[in-house]
Amino acid sequence: MSWAVSLRLLAAEDLLSVWGLVLLLVSAWAPAKGRAITWAAVGVLFAAIALVWPNVSTGLSGADASAFYAQLSVDAFASYAKVLIYGAAAVSLMVAPAFFERNGGYRAEYPVLMLFAALGMGLMVSATDMMTLYIGLEMNSLAAYVMAAMLRTDGRSAEAGLKYFVLGALASGILLFGMSLTYGFTGGTGFGAIAKALAAGTSLSMGATFGIVFMMAGLAFKISAVPFHMWTPDVYEGAPTPVTTFFATAPKVAAMGLTMRVCLMAFGGQVAAWQQIVMFASIASIVVGALGAIGQGNIKRLMAYSSINNVGFILVGLAAATTDGSAAMLTYLAIYVVMSLCGFVVVLSLRDADGKSVESIADLAGLSRTKPGLAAALATVMFSLAGIPPLFGFWGKFVVFQAAVAAGLLPLAVIGIAASVIGAFYYLKVVKVMYFDEPADKVTGEVGSLNAVLLIVTGLFISPLGYLLTGWLGALARGAAVALTKAV
Amino acid sequence: MTGFPILSLMLAVPLIAALACLLVSAGTARMLALLATLIDLALGIVLWTQFQIDGPQWQFTERAALFSGFNYALGIDGIALLLIVLSVFLMPICIGASWNSITKRVPEYMAAFLLMETLMIGVFAAQDLFLFYILFEAGLIPMYLIIGIWGGADRIYASYKFFLYTLLGSVLMLIAMLWMVNQAGTADIPTLMQYNFPVSAQKWLWLAFFASFAVKMPMWPVHTWLPDAHVQAPTAGSVILAGVLLKMGGYGFIRFSLPMFPDASAYFAPLVWGLSMVAVVYTSLVALVQDDMKKLIAYSSVAHMAIVTVGLFAFNRMGLEGSMMVMLAHGLVSGALFLAVGVIYDRLHTREINRYGGLSINMPKYSLFFMFFTMASVGLPATANFVGEFLSLAGIYEKSSWVALVSGTGIILGAAYMLFLYRRVCFGDQKNADAAAMPDMDVREWLMMVPLAAATLWMGIYPESFIAPMRKDIATLEARLAPTAPKGDAAVTAGHAAPAEDEHGEGGHAGAAPVEHGAEHAAEGSEK
Repeated sequence: MSWAVSLRLLAAEDLLSVWGLVLLLVSAWAPAKGRAITWAAVGVLFAAIALVWPNVSTGLSGADASAFYAQLSVDAFASYAKVLIYGAAAVSLMVAPAFFERNGGYRAEYPVLMLFAALGMGLMVSATDMMTLYIGLEMNSLAAYVMAAMLRTDGRSAEAGLKYFVLGALASGILLFGMSLTYGFTGGTGFGAIAKALAAGTSLSMGATFGIVFMMAGLAFKISAVPFHMWTPDVYEGAPTPVTTFFATAPKVAAMGLTMRVCLMAFGGQVAAWQQIVMFASIASIVVGALGAIGQGNIKRLMAYSSINNVGFILVGLAAATTDGSAAMLTYLAIYVVMSLCGFVVVLSLRDADGKSVESIADLAGLSRTKPGLAAALATVMFSLAGIPPLFGFWGKFVVFQAAVAAGLLPLAVIGIAASVIGAFYYLKVVKVMYFDEPADKVTGEVGSLNAVLLIVTGLFISPLGYLLTGWLGALARGAAVALTKAV
Repeated sequence: MTGFPILSLMLAVPLIAALACLLVSAGTARMLALLATLIDLALGIVLWTQFQIDGPQWQFTERAALFSGFNYALGIDGIALLLIVLSVFLMPICIGASWNSITKRVPEYMAAFLLMETLMIGVFAAQDLFLFYILFEAGLIPMYLIIGIWGGADRIYASYKFFLYTLLGSVLMLIAMLWMVNQAGTADIPTLMQYNFPVSAQKWLWLAFFASFAVKMPMWPVHTWLPDAHVQAPTAGSVILAGVLLKMGGYGFIRFSLPMFPDASAYFAPLVWGLSMVAVVYTSLVALVQDDMKKLIAYSSVAHMAIVTVGLFAFNRMGLEGSMMVMLAHGLVSGALFLAVGVIYDRLHTREINRYGGLSINMPKYSLFFMFFTMASVGLPATANFVGEFLSLAGIYEKSSWVALVSGTGIILGAAYMLFLYRRVCFGDQKNADAAAMPDMDVREWLMMVPLAAATLWMGIYPESFIAPMRKDIATLEARLAPTAPKGDAAVTAGHAAPAEDEHGEGGHAGAAPVEHGAEHAAEGSEK
């Protein structure tokens, strides 16, 4: 395989790295051009989507997709995840300048960091080797730590950045430890080699089991699954809201894609070794995410717990360990990303008369009377996150549980879905505050036209109209899931 | 089958009107909502007249592969037809009931109601399991908003309770549906109604469906959300809740639990009988001591719904037809009673029974209607409830005379609490000056009451109009249930009662002895 072919396969990542460097230089010489650089970065991300899109629609898989001597694979699975990642990154970038300009100045490094984070995530989901996996992960994480601490004047932001960094470094260490054990007991770092060494039917050595467990622990941190979720609420609350928007969407997809590839590709022959871990993490995330959210007064913390809760539902699909399960996870991820984007754009639009952000749920009281559009959008997101039909969030849960039932995991499905009722309670609370309570008249700021457009687009997607996309989305997700299993 | 997509049109009209309502002013929204519901009523009448009683089981079918995983499939049989007609009949009355009493956020209110109408029709018309589930669950959102925004003082508690109770009941049903579709390979309801699931699985599936429908119905002991929701909801909300939403539970039993899991239904029949008997007696006694009018009627709803479940689980034609008739009659009568409460609530803004009294003096016309619907609720012959209750009890009498006996006391207790309510509100001295000063019904209220009264009389005097469309469907269901139905304990033959002692059941799936151990099974072998 020639370099030229590999580079061509990774065209989107090439583009991101070159433009990341170019914009970095531009931002060094022309730091005042924050907005221009932002829009250039958004353009680059959309160009990257255009470059990976053909791989999704053609269902690229197997050897055709393998680049750089099987270190990376740009199969339909990776490309599907990349579309979501780059799209989410682009949206979180679009909403950033207005926010930062109101809260202490926008810096041109931000879009550059975003590009590098996106590049790292692209590598994460493409990785078919432990080494590339780790490089991608760290590339994304390092950029993310800085972004979390972007508001240097805000103590909470600095705290979020530090917390994220310390705990992230710890998790990376655990992951590395697991990787080294796996390497030691299988003799390879490539997923293909590991899969061969741990093929179905072979007995699993104690060392390899430990390797799997530690890798799962490290990955669980990255997807913020219980019991490695503690950092999430603090980081989500402290980080600037556009950064939280980003954290809740793109890295979730990347880390989940990574986890899927590790579990189903590298450890695909030893499902029994990790299935119980995933089932536990799934139920624990659903329950803890739901219970933890009940007492929250800050909408960003609430969204953090909601993301933990949603990760639990996504993991139900992984526990199924089938192609159906993977397809369901990918469908869920797509819906989840749009729901979260819509939710955070609403949060970004909640401003008082001075343009300050309103984050307290109590201050949303009576929002439906002062800002009916915003309230309707947030209510849609809340009902959708709760999985109440006919909103599109239901469909994600539906396909995941369908896969679990088809795989015979009835107890998991029953417990998971019963626990979703607990989740409904706190989503309802937000709706109650907005619709049933007397107006607090806190949220009076104007919604920008960009935010309005984003709200309409994402809101329509999660509205019942989204069901018209189920066939299309399902086919894409299935193609991606098939590519994932074929890649072994 | 191709043809004019009348069901889709019935779904589309209120949906479009709901969206349009959000964009217009209060007065226009009222007119728009009334217009849309009247159009749907007209379409419903067309549906009824075009329905071929001797035609195929499923009529007006539509099918479009719009979604992945489930189909947009609509179609109705006689059972669904009648419930749809009931829904579209009640809707314009609901809009009328809200005409003056709802003053805040009218466009949103009307939109929520129209959305409810779409969802209700959709639930009864859905022919795909998942489409049914989506529409069934979707009703939670507008109802939550209706109770929470326009409800009474304790509306927030009631709205939460309503939402979470119903949701918890339903999610288990979703898992059961997923399993069924995985097993049977189709989500088509008519196909699933013929599908024979393994008996052991049926029991779990039945319980999962029961969890949902028992809450929706509501059956004792999961009925506690209903009095709260009824009391707090605005008048029209109560009407639609009692009139149509509760029927979704009964519809669920008749459409899903019974035909899809006949073995499990027979197995669990004693459970249903037991719960129903408790409900009839207990909730009737509770209703007797209420001081809140709406709460009293809410508890009476629980008691009436228990008669429905008793009839459904009689596994014979009389019981099934009777249940359907009770459901339809209860939809009209309890709706009318809530309206009657609403009429005086609008004047005095209290539901406390003691604040009224002697209304027959200053509001004679109102008292006449209230009397009529009180009698209808009691089950006076020539009113709708009588037909249904009689058939249901006659049906269950074939299965278990004890259940029939206990359920029959519900009728007596029903008479007690309804007449007691009527006496306190309409008869006696005019002890409250403000109540005595209330004016009688106006034209709008007449327009709401008269159609309900006429329909109640029609259903009581000539029930054939309502039984005819569903006769074939009930017969199909009875045939489906016949092989596993529990045997009766009262195989009466002329001139010779057969009080044989048989502690155990007749074996097979009917093995579980009825809850009432005193029930004596006739040794039917000796007498047949």
